Amino acid sequence: MTEQIITPSANDKNDTTTHNPETHNFDATDSYNFAYLDEQTKRMIRRALLKALAIPGYQVPFASREMPMPYGWGTGGVQVTAACLTPDDCVKVIDQGADDTTNAVSIRSFFARTAGVRTTEATDEASLIQTRHRIPETELTEGQLLVYQVPIPEPLRFLEPRETETRKMHALSEYGLMHVKLYEDISQHGHIATAYAYPVNVEGRYVMDPSPIPKFDNPKMSDCAAIQLFGAGREQRIYAIPPYSHVKSLDFEDYPFDRLRAPGACALCGADDSYLDEVIMDDQGTRMYVCSDTDYCSTRHERGHVGDQSDLFDSEEG
Amino acid sequence: MRKTPLFSVSGLRKSYGAQLGCRDVSFDLHPGEIMGIVGESGSGKSTLLSCLAGHLAPDHGDVCFDVDGTGLVSTLAMPEPERRLLARTQWAYVHQNPRDGLRMSVSAGGNIGERLMNIGARHYGNIRQDACSWMDRVELSVGRIDDRPATFSGGMQQRLQIARNLVTSPRLVFMDEPTGGLDVSVQARLLDLLRSLVQDLGLSVIIVTHDLAVVRMLAHRMMVMQRGEIVETGLADQVLDDPQHPYTQLLVSSVLQV
Repeated sequence: MTEQIITPSANDKNDTTTHNPETHNFDATDSYNFAYLDEQTKRMIRRALLKALAIPGYQVPFASREMPMPYGWGTGGVQVTAACLTPDDCVKVIDQGADDTTNAVSIRSFFARTAGVRTTEATDEASLIQTRHRIPETELTEGQLLVYQVPIPEPLRFLEPRETETRKMHALSEYGLMHVKLYEDISQHGHIATAYAYPVNVEGRYVMDPSPIPKFDNPKMSDCAAIQLFGAGREQRIYAIPPYSHVKSLDFEDYPFDRLRAPGACALCGADDSYLDEVIMDDQGTRMYVCSDTDYCSTRHERGHVGDQSDLFDSEEG
Repeated sequence: MRKTPLFSVSGLRKSYGAQLGCRDVSFDLHPGEIMGIVGESGSGKSTLLSCLAGHLAPDHGDVCFDVDGTGLVSTLAMPEPERRLLARTQWAYVHQNPRDGLRMSVSAGGNIGERLMNIGARHYGNIRQDACSWMDRVELSVGRIDDRPATFSGGMQQRLQIARNLVTSPRLVFMDEPTGGLDVSVQARLLDLLRSLVQDLGLSVIIVTHDLAVVRMLAHRMMVMQRGEIVETGLADQVLDDPQHPYTQLLVSSVLQV
């Protein structure tokens, strides 16, 4: 009885539907769907991404999934990447600017395995860059996607704990509170001491947390050719900055926004325009400054640029 | 004094299910006038004040305010962004417990500056200067401007809350038991301060209290509430010296004479 009722309708569907996503993307040799997430989940995330792009800086709630990694390790970014990947993509993952840290290596191999996409460490070769805490030094180009891992998407959270209230504040553009935080900085430290996760205003409307990137990177977000997507897995929020959007870091008239950068040049490649990491060399107070963007640094080194301690580069490679 | 009222309440009623909050409350408040609302605990004073200040939506009646000097506008009918703007600029609300009205994790200066920044002040030096002058005005040491309110005494917190509210020169201030929980000498200083501020700034005030001395010192007119209704209303001195309603008589005679 039941078979007779179901079979004809199922046949009808098979006749009319030429692209069945479930069968289309399954690779028989792999137990995972393309890029780990199932097609329905990717579709849900893409909808959130489209909405986020349509309302720059607005936090779109989405049904974040459990990922095979702990919260705080980039579950939001990984889901956004998974939803955006195509088989032709080339993926780069950076963690604090570096391609070779645990988090970056793990996520890169995760997508190499579950999506079979090419991976790279070169910024200009990548079509999708997932990042934690940095924007690459190399200028991004049209067609590239930059996916940020976001721990806390709500810029007002530490000042206003109620979600209902922060949503209302966003809806009505009541952003005075954000300046209270900056005021506190100046009154305590004499300057705006917030050095990372520095709040920005997107296209004159929504105030947004740019994820914990150093404020040195803030100006790179404005008028950027690439699409910038932000995923917060635990907090279940997605937001975005479309290409060539105006992004302004908040400040006071008499305390204007200031990029923070360690003084000096990279000890390995001599770059004096990149964001520097401070490395403690011994317990005598010796320190060196090196580019936090490893790809930028090694590319410069290969092109013959040298810093004070470039010999370290060679001994490391040898 | 102008003939048209600044603030007008008509037929206000609010109940919590079967529990009555307040009902049939109507009155006008003129610019520069101070209205005291007294009554015992549970008589509906705080419910009434919350309805007036827009924190609670009344079941019935209307609350009107003369926003820009062109006549009364219903604050219940106005869109929420406008009402919130009103609450940030032309109105102020002093809570009984300063912890409800202050940001305890933000310095005193930041607390005072918040309303200024909310309405678009973006010059640190000017905000700082305003905060300093208001610290001075409410008799707080300017040297403590960068201290958090948690390190202040109860009386200092209350004065800070008042400074924080008055910095944008509101026209109407709601006060819910501003002297509650303070010892009598601190109360007296706070009342002195309030009285001089109100006179200097020409504020209109609606003050809810169970302390008749506060009404005697501050209020021009008063209303007595019992079980959610207004049982007596009139000039403050008149009601206190010659109470007509039995409940008011009880209230006045219950005050300890030291």
